[in-house]
Amino acid sequence: MNTGIIIKISGPLVIADSMKGAKMYDLVKVGNLQLLGEIIELKGDTASIQVYEDISGLKVGEPAISTGEPLSIELGPGLLTSGLFDGILRPLNVIAEKVADQGLNAGYITKGVTAPTLNRETKWMFKPIVKQGDSVGAGDILGTVQETELITHKILVPFGISGTVTQIEAGEFTVTQDIAIIGDTPVQLMHKWPVRTPRPYQMKQIPSTPLITQQRIIDTFFPIPKGGAAAVPGPFGAGKTVIQQQLAKWSDADIVVYVGCGERGNEITDVLVEFPHLKDPKSGRPLMERTILVANTSNMPIAAREASVYTGITLAEYYRDMGYNVAMMADSTSRWAEAMREMSGRLEEMPGEEGYPAYLGSRISAFYERAGIVTTLGSEGRIGSATIIAAVSPPGGDLSEPVSQATLKVTKAFWGLDASLAAKKHFPSIHWLNSYSLYRDNVEEYFINKTAADWGELRDLAMQILQKENDLDDIIKLVGMDALSMSEKILLDTARGLREDYLQQNAFDEIDAFASTRKMYLMLKAMLTFHQEATVFAQEHPHIELSDIIDIEIRDTISRLKNTPESEIESIAELIETIPTTINKLKDHHSSSNFGINKVINGI
Amino acid sequence: MKKWYNTIKEIAGPLVVVEKVPQVAFEEIVEIRDSKGVTRKGRVLEAGKDTAIVQLFTNTEGLDTETAEIAFLGKTLEFGVSESMLGRIFTGAGEVKDNGPQIIAEKYLDINGSPINPGMRKFPSEFIQTGISTIDGLNALVRGQKLPIFSGSGLPHAELAAQIAEQARVVEVKNGNEVVEADEPFAVIFAAMGVTFEEAQFFINSFEKTGAMERAALFINTASDPIVERITLPRLALTLGEYLAFEKNMHVLVIMTDMTNYADALREVSASRKEIPGRRGYPGYLYTDLATLYERAGLIKGSNGSLTQIPILTMPDDDKQHPIPDLTGYITEGQIMVNRELHNKSIYPPIQPIGSLSRIGVDKKFTREDLSAVKDQMASSYAKGTEIKELALILGESALSDTDKAYIKFAEAFEKRYITQGRRENRTILDTLNLSWELLSILPQKELKKIKPEFIEKYSTL
Repeated sequence: MNTGIIIKISGPLVIADSMKGAKMYDLVKVGNLQLLGEIIELKGDTASIQVYEDISGLKVGEPAISTGEPLSIELGPGLLTSGLFDGILRPLNVIAEKVADQGLNAGYITKGVTAPTLNRETKWMFKPIVKQGDSVGAGDILGTVQETELITHKILVPFGISGTVTQIEAGEFTVTQDIAIIGDTPVQLMHKWPVRTPRPYQMKQIPSTPLITQQRIIDTFFPIPKGGAAAVPGPFGAGKTVIQQQLAKWSDADIVVYVGCGERGNEITDVLVEFPHLKDPKSGRPLMERTILVANTSNMPIAAREASVYTGITLAEYYRDMGYNVAMMADSTSRWAEAMREMSGRLEEMPGEEGYPAYLGSRISAFYERAGIVTTLGSEGRIGSATIIAAVSPPGGDLSEPVSQATLKVTKAFWGLDASLAAKKHFPSIHWLNSYSLYRDNVEEYFINKTAADWGELRDLAMQILQKENDLDDIIKLVGMDALSMSEKILLDTARGLREDYLQQNAFDEIDAFASTRKMYLMLKAMLTFHQEATVFAQEHPHIELSDIIDIEIRDTISRLKNTPESEIESIAELIETIPTTINKLKDHHSSSNFGINKVINGI
Repeated sequence: MKKWYNTIKEIAGPLVVVEKVPQVAFEEIVEIRDSKGVTRKGRVLEAGKDTAIVQLFTNTEGLDTETAEIAFLGKTLEFGVSESMLGRIFTGAGEVKDNGPQIIAEKYLDINGSPINPGMRKFPSEFIQTGISTIDGLNALVRGQKLPIFSGSGLPHAELAAQIAEQARVVEVKNGNEVVEADEPFAVIFAAMGVTFEEAQFFINSFEKTGAMERAALFINTASDPIVERITLPRLALTLGEYLAFEKNMHVLVIMTDMTNYADALREVSASRKEIPGRRGYPGYLYTDLATLYERAGLIKGSNGSLTQIPILTMPDDDKQHPIPDLTGYITEGQIMVNRELHNKSIYPPIQPIGSLSRIGVDKKFTREDLSAVKDQMASSYAKGTEIKELALILGESALSDTDKAYIKFAEAFEKRYITQGRRENRTILDTLNLSWELLSILPQKELKKIKPEFIEKYSTL
């Protein structure tokens, strides 16, 4: 422990001298209130400290005590049951109780009030898996704790410890009591991990299993694998947060870590209110049992905002090491970058582009590299994954800005949100022509084996139709609809159907909010079968009018397939069978009804 | 005992650098006395070992480095609040501006407030009826929300804000056919930063005329008042707002105008501190700074009150991507767009539904079950109608089908009857819904894809 003296205070940056022996990124207790901070620059004995709490009232001359340890978080059972933490993993419900105990309004976070991440009193039932005399190494499972009904918490041998189990027993323990002794080292349910250090693993693998998100546009066109990294950039109002929340709700991850980084308080509340009522699709248990929320809203101290992203990924890695598939949502990484910029400005560092520090790019890529599917430490070679899905909020929606660019360099899936789609209430407003996923080939085999052999062909055909629509749009704007051939008109109608009835998905509709890949396949198959049959029919019957084809009932039924409940989706397969005969029953006749613009233009 | 130091070394804009100071606290309040004995207040922006940078709340005119003296008061900025502040007018420094008596504070509070614990928020869902169709019917406001008005210079946002302040009520639709007003204490706090004298007077008059004044507290900093007061003013207004909302259980609506002036003031102070500028010269922490204002809206567990915000900002050159509207949009829960084109067509209120958004849904039980579906249908049909209209200009009327024509007719009726309403016309949510159904009947029924067939059957014939 080193005690220094504060010599300068400027915003969240505090400078203290006489900090001899202090190390970079050491945690520091600042001032008489012992506010938490972290050393981010050292010059001789003088340390620059970023403080995680509001520092108004802090005085020059007050002490700054280095703890000699980097910013670390507590990992152990209880993370999933507390529900909500701040950026440095203090449980916000406990903070509220402590504030209330001081006679203050519990609705506010009062500075200097702190609480350990894991409850020290709760006793957990520990069931050993290894026995006395077994030889274990880091990452081996010592035993399990049933953390929630959904999640069995595996207690692993902490990194750096190995040897013979000299003592281990079943029973009820708090997180700080010894549960086993390995060699001479006692082990507890809880251990600490520095958030800026990636947790070790044996081997990284190439991701190949998709994270099924149950969102049609993502799973069909721009899939993300377990262990992948995706960026969701978009201007405000384009629906970034809704997409993140949809993935948190419906994806087939075992555990979701949701980091609200510098965003709205009410959005976190929304999640807190909604998730306990939502059921995990697989087990029927409340979604909160598999969700950890880290909330550092925009009005909370910015230094803790900077840390919250690391806190989140460390939690994800911790559960990954137990062999789980973890998805981490970060909303929004732009706020994280802004926090870096603010600290950098106060340190008077030489700014890079738009005032961001020159190390912005390397920090961003280092963060995304912590995603991955790995063979974990431990002799049994578990496979676990951490997937990162990060929102980016580019100013003015302009992707040429530094944070977006640095992010695009390292993420392989890009879901570009488009303001004009959002304005037309096309949600999710992921633009099908701008977005991409370089993981598509990695996961293709999975879909072909698990969903349908023609999955890839259907998807490619659908994308061609959408692309062709875009080309035709330009022609229509120049010369009008009449210049188009019949099959082009049918294509435009199909494209409209794809946009409105397939790509759009209503997050607030009970049935439409999620879709199994089987349902996606059947919907797409129905739409494209209709398209192909109609095109052939029109070629064979040159005098038919478009309205004769697209105004038939089955076309309308196809446009409403998204409202089919999961339990009835096999009826779609039957419907597909009837499409050819229905179309061939149409009569070829002359009429001159007008085609009409609204069938084809971008309007919804 | 105040100890006075005459070690002022530098004065630049609103900033004063003092040397040889005692152990100064960050954000500590100071008093500066000039040779004539006039005192000014300020706060510490940067505390160093021997030097402190102080930002004055008023202007520095007439101060010199020779004779002026400074005292550190040993406390951070607190504001004395009281329920009796309703019905009164204050300056940006929190001083009484009307001719009434001084306020006797019931409580002193830190003007920066504390962040609301996200775990202690209640999710907003109670419908506030503003009586304006384009807001209630398309982008409803709820208690505890922050919904800004994005406007441009020369547009009637002041009239709109005054109309909202006057008409806003919490209501509930009973049995699907009756609108009942909730009977709960409410207050309006009006924070005007850098507005013109006329604009300030317009608000005062309209509050007095409608009798809203006795439930209102006005904080006014006109264009000629000290710039730094524009930075403290919204904080004072929100501190009073929080006190009334969360300690006195009132439903408080805070209207803040004009946020552009606020941000410009912040830029001015930042520049005089020689900070590295971000976009368009605004400081890099503009987002965080705005968030510390906007995030003070909300509902808190354990209190029956609420704090709702309507910040108004004029977009420079009507540019939505300018840093101020851009960053505001990232923090607030939607935005109401006031549109020049509609205004030029003499449509009042010129609220453009395309681009307007309210992120928080109203709990179904407060309005009618069909509101959400009707809202989506109205907005997308209008968007489509305007788009067809534009295309018809290029391709000619002959290219239009009957459905296209119906869309154009709908879009025109929408502007003329739905958007347009009188400056004192207060439509209930049922009026708005009935009007919606009437307008939707212009369109062929199969175009109403966003509405469930049950609702069409139930309500379209009404």
